[in-house]
Amino acid sequence: MTLDAHDLVLGYGGAPVIEGLNLQITHGQITVLVGANASGKSTLLRALGRLLRPQAGDVLLDGKAIASLSTREVARRLAILPQGPVAPEALTVRQLVAQGRYAHQRLLRRWSADDEASLASALEATGTSDLASRPVDELSGGQRQRAWIAMALAQQTDLLLLDEPTTYLDLAHQVAILELIAQLNARDGRTIVMVLHDLNQAARYADHIVALRQGAIVAAGPPPQIITEAMVRTVFDVDVRIIEDPVTAGPLCVPATTLRTPALQPHRP
Amino acid sequence: MSSSPSTPIEITRAAERALPGPFVLMLGAAALAVVAGAGLMLGASTVSAPQVVSALTAFDGSPEHVTVADVRLPRVVVGAVVGASLGVAGALMQAITRNPLAEPSLLGVSWGAALAAVGGQVVAGIGTTAALVPLAIGGAAIAGLVIVVLAATGRAGLTPERLIVAGAAVSGLLAALVQGLLVLDSESLEVARRWLAGSLTGASWDALAAAAPYLVAGTVLSACLIRPLSTLALGDDVARGLGVRTGLTKGAAAVAVVALAGGSVALAGPIILVGLAVPHAARALVGRDLAPLLMTCAVLGAVLVILSDIVARIAVAPEELPVGVMTALVGAPVLLHVARRGVMSG
Amino acid sequence: MISGVRIRLFPAPAPGTARTPLVLITTSLVGLAAFVVTLGLGEVTVTPVDVVRALIGQTGADGAFVVTELRLPRALVACCVGAGLAAAGVVLQGLTRNALAAPELLGVSAGAYAAAIFVIVLLPDLPISVLPACAFAGALAASAVVYGLSWRRGTSGSRLLLVGIAVTTVGYAVVLGVVSTIDELIHASQLVTFMAGSVYGRGWPELGAVAPWLAVLLPLVALSTRDLDALALGDPVARGLGVRVEAARLRLLVLAAALAGCAVAVAGPVGFVGLMSPHIARRLVGGAHGPLLATSVLLGATIMLIADALARLAFAPVDVPVGVVTAIVGAPYLLWLLVRGRTNPE
Repeated sequence: MTLDAHDLVLGYGGAPVIEGLNLQITHGQITVLVGANASGKSTLLRALGRLLRPQAGDVLLDGKAIASLSTREVARRLAILPQGPVAPEALTVRQLVAQGRYAHQRLLRRWSADDEASLASALEATGTSDLASRPVDELSGGQRQRAWIAMALAQQTDLLLLDEPTTYLDLAHQVAILELIAQLNARDGRTIVMVLHDLNQAARYADHIVALRQGAIVAAGPPPQIITEAMVRTVFDVDVRIIEDPVTAGPLCVPATTLRTPALQPHRP
Repeated sequence: MSSSPSTPIEITRAAERALPGPFVLMLGAAALAVVAGAGLMLGASTVSAPQVVSALTAFDGSPEHVTVADVRLPRVVVGAVVGASLGVAGALMQAITRNPLAEPSLLGVSWGAALAAVGGQVVAGIGTTAALVPLAIGGAAIAGLVIVVLAATGRAGLTPERLIVAGAAVSGLLAALVQGLLVLDSESLEVARRWLAGSLTGASWDALAAAAPYLVAGTVLSACLIRPLSTLALGDDVARGLGVRTGLTKGAAAVAVVALAGGSVALAGPIILVGLAVPHAARALVGRDLAPLLMTCAVLGAVLVILSDIVARIAVAPEELPVGVMTALVGAPVLLHVARRGVMSG
Repeated sequence: MISGVRIRLFPAPAPGTARTPLVLITTSLVGLAAFVVTLGLGEVTVTPVDVVRALIGQTGADGAFVVTELRLPRALVACCVGAGLAAAGVVLQGLTRNALAAPELLGVSAGAYAAAIFVIVLLPDLPISVLPACAFAGALAASAVVYGLSWRRGTSGSRLLLVGIAVTTVGYAVVLGVVSTIDELIHASQLVTFMAGSVYGRGWPELGAVAPWLAVLLPLVALSTRDLDALALGDPVARGLGVRVEAARLRLLVLAAALAGCAVAVAGPVGFVGLMSPHIARRLVGGAHGPLLATSVLLGATIMLIADALARLAFAPVDVPVGVVTAIVGAPYLLWLLVRGRTNPE
């Protein structure tokens, strides 16, 4: 299962956002795309997931141009969860996750044992089995995101693409989702590509980080290797100090300067 | 934290390209004069310019003079008034709903007026213009009021979608009632005709006089609303933060729309697309600044309706097409153009 | 897994609510009861028992002729119209991801109606069996226009709705304008009745015109419910699931236009049925499109039956157009939805 980008040029109709980008997604690992707003990370992910057609260049899935494969074929190998999806009213978790089997069903085929098994394992993997009959829009943010991930899981693909899966979630839910994703990779060997907003989260959960700035890859590699003060300054335009994460011993970034240091705080009577 | 490059707020390019207001208005006034003159000269029979002038200044009862002074002059004047009112009403509607497709007819004025008028004639036998006009405006007002109130109820408040949906629902209901009346009393179709499609046939000074108070009130109200509405364009929350009484402003603007559009419908039946197309053309000329915009809308609307009426009178002479069909045919390309330029906001 | 009356038609039923079979059976029974009862009502009252006798062929029963020759075809046409409009409503609501979508609000009905009118007026000698095809063409053209106008890197539910209402308004204005110039009063009043939506005088020929279409279209829609389910989740998600989004949307639009087209060809633009049936059905069986379609179709047919009965009897001996009844019931329903805040467009 390989996913590559060759000389990719991507845009939304006007000037290209990304030009001449090359990338190889490492099989079986968690790759995280990071960058400032409008750096092109979501654009790149969408192109990799065949949601955006490149203006030039190719995305290759298993060596074949992804644009030449049928949508169904792609859906059987790659699942993508876009940012902030909205479920229709009164749709239950079970009904939502069942949608994940679309690519595996034929026009007149009934709901098969295979489909049922995939559904059940997806629910179990995301811990949503007991939420199965509840409407999606009544769940909490974290539960809802887990339901969407379950849907992507039901597709039974080796490759899972996630666009900012933790945005809009509170801290506890963010951690829970990221742990779930890590588990999916560790337990099933799924290749994960995701866009994360938070560099520290990326540092923790990525095997491989790809840092983008203005549509070009500035750095790529394992977190301890590429998260440096220089890289952060280039990509995010902010000065940081890198310290050791007390839990993982990986890199942890904190902003280097602030008005709120004790020495600089204005005297308060 | 990351200081992401912020997207600069787009300066409305229209403002930079805008022509100066007074210039446009003078141009518009000239156009109006030309078109009005043409309206007096052209028709089933052509009257020469000197004869038109003498008809207006030294009326002598000859057939040409009668045609000009008694038939065409009221048509041109009513057409101008109706066009101006609808143009302004359209601009107001688009300002309240922040939707480039908004039209005064969305507030149910056409069917409200139609129901009141047809109902009045069929059920109560009211036939005089002096009585019908206020009745029609009353119907339009009630329909508009109901729609605005219903759209504003509930937590979401008056959003453009709710207004349009409420308008569609109420209009549908009123239309059904009118159709029901027409079926119950088959003779009433003759009467109802003029409320089904806009037409300037039979425009009279009496009707104009009867509708004038409402049109004037609407115009005055619009003028008072220019400042708050301009601020409202920034969004409800921002406007409220700046001290604008958003609910009151929108309500008052709706009242102005109903007065102007209701008065127009009472005079000439439903002439659609003027309220839709004219503000776009005006905006392309003078930009978004409300004061010059409203005035330009008035002038352009008047020109459009008179022009449409001329074509309606000549195109299939000696028959006459309803002016509403002409404005629809003119407005449709404008609608297309608006959509193609992607002026529509989500 | 889940078995039910109509499941054979719908492939791979997604694990849906267990209530569906119960709801389908109940709705079918209610519909059947309405069918039998309404066939018995009218100038000549026939008891339900006699109605059943007449239906199964015992010609000696009282009022059998009235039932089988006059009311039966009309009732069947009403059922077909209701079913077609309800199915179109389900498809359009799924396509636009908007709970307010309905054939009459998205320009589909207006297009069908305009085409039908033009054919009736300009080519009166055309056999009625051709009318659904013409109406379909008109509906398709109108939906293409609406879709195209609201496309801006994809469509949104609200935009489609807004453009649809605008196009509907234009369409009706033009048609009304033309209709109102028709001199023959009788012809014109028939057209106005048609505008309201009516099944008056519809007999076996009309049934023959519409039923074959439904027999082909409904199964096609049934096969597309999975696409609707996926599209409901949003374009990116649907594409990620393997749906060919643009192709599916086009296919569904054509289906909706065809369904609405054949209904409008035969009965005119009956309003609110296409809106209410899916709504009510959704509250009974949830949003999965398989059960939703089946329930909506049954509800649509039942609503039309009851509405037509009311239309026939309420103002006897005058036959009020059924569209008037559906509007009088449907508009307040829509407004109630609006006020209760249950009209969340996407």
